[in-house]
Amino acid sequence: MAASRSSRLRWSGSAAARTLNVAKKRGPRLLSRATMAPQPPHLPGNMSTMPSPDVISFEHVSKQYDGVRTLDSVTLAVAEREFLAIVGTSGAGKTTLLRLINRLTDPSEGTVRVEGEDVRTLDPIALRRRIGYVFQNVGLFPHMTVAENIAITPRLLGWNVESRAARVDELLDLVRLDRARHRDRFPHQLSGGERQRVGVARALAARPHIVLMDEPFGALDPITRDGLGRDVRALHDELGLTSVMITHDALEAVLLADRIVVMRGGKVIADGTPHALLAGDADPYVRELMQTPRRQAERLHALIAGAGA
Amino acid sequence: MNSDLDARIGEALARLPDYLGGHVRVSMTALALGIALSVPLALVSIRRPAFRAIVLGLSSIVQTIPGLALLALFYPLLLGLAALSTRAFGVSFSALGFLPAVLALALYSLLPVLRNAVTGLTGIDPAIKEAALGVGMTRRQALLMVELPLALPVVMAGIRTAAVWVIGTATLSTPIGQTSLGNYIFAGLQTQNWVLVLFGCVAAALLALAVDQLLALIEGGFRVRRRGRIIAGTVGMALIVVGALAPGWSQPKARYLVGAKTFAEQYIIAALIEQRLQAAGLSAARREGLGSSVILDALAANELDVYVDYTGTIWANDLHRNDTKPRAELTAEVAQWLKERRGITLLGGLGFENAYALAMPKKRAEALGVRTIEDLARVAPQLAIAGDYEFFSRPEWAAIRAAYGLTFRTQRTMQPEFMYPAVASGDVDVVAGYTSEGRIAQYDLVVLEDTKHVIPPYDAVILLAPRDANDRALIDAVRPLVGAIDVELMRAASLRATSGSDDRSPDAVARWMWGEIARRKNAKP
Repeated sequence: MAASRSSRLRWSGSAAARTLNVAKKRGPRLLSRATMAPQPPHLPGNMSTMPSPDVISFEHVSKQYDGVRTLDSVTLAVAEREFLAIVGTSGAGKTTLLRLINRLTDPSEGTVRVEGEDVRTLDPIALRRRIGYVFQNVGLFPHMTVAENIAITPRLLGWNVESRAARVDELLDLVRLDRARHRDRFPHQLSGGERQRVGVARALAARPHIVLMDEPFGALDPITRDGLGRDVRALHDELGLTSVMITHDALEAVLLADRIVVMRGGKVIADGTPHALLAGDADPYVRELMQTPRRQAERLHALIAGAGA
Repeated sequence: MNSDLDARIGEALARLPDYLGGHVRVSMTALALGIALSVPLALVSIRRPAFRAIVLGLSSIVQTIPGLALLALFYPLLLGLAALSTRAFGVSFSALGFLPAVLALALYSLLPVLRNAVTGLTGIDPAIKEAALGVGMTRRQALLMVELPLALPVVMAGIRTAAVWVIGTATLSTPIGQTSLGNYIFAGLQTQNWVLVLFGCVAAALLALAVDQLLALIEGGFRVRRRGRIIAGTVGMALIVVGALAPGWSQPKARYLVGAKTFAEQYIIAALIEQRLQAAGLSAARREGLGSSVILDALAANELDVYVDYTGTIWANDLHRNDTKPRAELTAEVAQWLKERRGITLLGGLGFENAYALAMPKKRAEALGVRTIEDLARVAPQLAIAGDYEFFSRPEWAAIRAAYGLTFRTQRTMQPEFMYPAVASGDVDVVAGYTSEGRIAQYDLVVLEDTKHVIPPYDAVILLAPRDANDRALIDAVRPLVGAIDVELMRAASLRATSGSDDRSPDAVARWMWGEIARRKNAKP
């Protein structure tokens, strides 16, 4: 099982060639994906009785902290190999939703399933080790080198030193960091973008099927952000991951995700492909949210057209 | 002067292996124990705020207790425990010296380590802690792999503070019978040997500095991951410990321990007894600077073999009597009490009395027309009196005040060394001194007569531990001192030890004394 998975994830060719390859592919695919991506499976009422085909599912999940309801009966499913973006203002319950998946927190009501299994029946430690997590503030361990940070989950899983070292090199290539230059550095010696790349590498280290990302590009400058975003999407496709990414940036969500969930006040208020949501929604907040990237794109378009004329 | 200084430094250096060894042993054990206690306490308390508040509160309270008092409190506590354990399990342990000192110092080191560990562990960025759990660490792994390493610099800072405190405070373990660098300080203070005091202070400071720097080296090594630094620091610490302890291993343990309280006369007499034992071919050593309240219990518990106490002191402190009796009767009653209640043998008197006495400069006494304590009571409201740390809380003082109706304008507590210059310079008018003290003559003081016989007699008597009650060798070696020292000889010896002469170490003065005793014996047919 492990062997077949690792062979599936192995890259061929140099990092540079790969990047070119990805960049070439992305242009046309972006649009087509938005239109062609499968609609999220709408959950039938008998869902709780039969095992879900989805990789991640929430069934009427609510969460209360000290009497405050941060999640209010959320029902949501993420299909295999889907890239889901969760958008919403701060306090909408996005992070709570993400933390429920790997049991960093447990629901007050409802059921969370991962690969069909109720997470409450799973050991949280083992669960977390098979789910990649990119933290909002990167969350690299400041006293560990890049290599040690990346190899942490494999180390917890008991991989030997050689396979850990090999995996670190593989991942440094994957996130396009220089092996020799970055391996033995400490997080404070890296730039923000490099740190987040290490964060992504750490999340992927134990070859998870599922990757959760909590505003992974929030603190980065626009160029780094765009580059890293595209790389993450490429990795998602190449590795066949199921990804859930939180962002407050609608444009980022539109450009990267197969599907967007808009949250507000602990509820899901919209759920659809970028294309569908860009086309308009009944909810005024969602409309307003999706207007922004649209207006930006139109203005940009006009500018480019103007310059060309 | 120069040769005097050399001699005193030489004398101090000769005792360094013994004192430093004792100091390192007690302070390092206490520090290790303190760390072993406070780190787990900190770990337990990081997730339990109520428990944390209690533990930090208690250790703060411990910190406010003066070091000397904390050390002194542990002695009776352990004495009681030792008695209980002997009775209940047949296991006996020594309540003197090492054990109480280690426990008190360990308690003392608790706060800095605990507080820093708690600060370090609670101060970790919550995002890092979340990440530790998120990557799949168990609580224990998160603690060991992330939280403790990140808190290490702060924890180490606490350990370094504790190390410096413990090494400094360990100098105060001398009065409870733990040999330490404090022996220099206590002995030096009592015999006005400032070279000795300074030597003790500097040695303790250097030790503290060295340990602090080595710990800093180890900590830095961990932080920047230089194995070399960690090893260098650890080896340095090991060298200090081994180097300080090695001389102690090669030295055979003395069979007989001679006790001495914290004043010059006691140091001299202890040296004299030790010399007599050694002259008789017995192995003997001294335990000096023991607190008044500790020394009798130590003897009763066979922690000491022999020392000299004063009948009036035992009468007032241990028999809790505030009346007085004629000399012979009082001595007999004290001897009987010691034998029956504590198993201690009163071998005999040395031949002099060291009583508390109220004294004032001769000229001033004449001018005021004061000859007796009764006369003093008349003028006392205009006068200032100085006494040592003990005097004003002793039953004798209460008895004198009650009998004569004494009230002074002011009452000051001083170290005896400063009390006499103070009365000579007129800072105070009256001192509560000691009759055998050389300085009464030196400062031209007159002892005021106790016409109502309120102050009990204070005959210096040789006391033997219960286990030595029938030890012929010991008794034969010490007996020549019985009745051999009159008050003039003792005064002259005390004066020698606290001023002037070239070689004034207790050993030298004791040798001089023995010479005098022998000369007098030969003179008397």
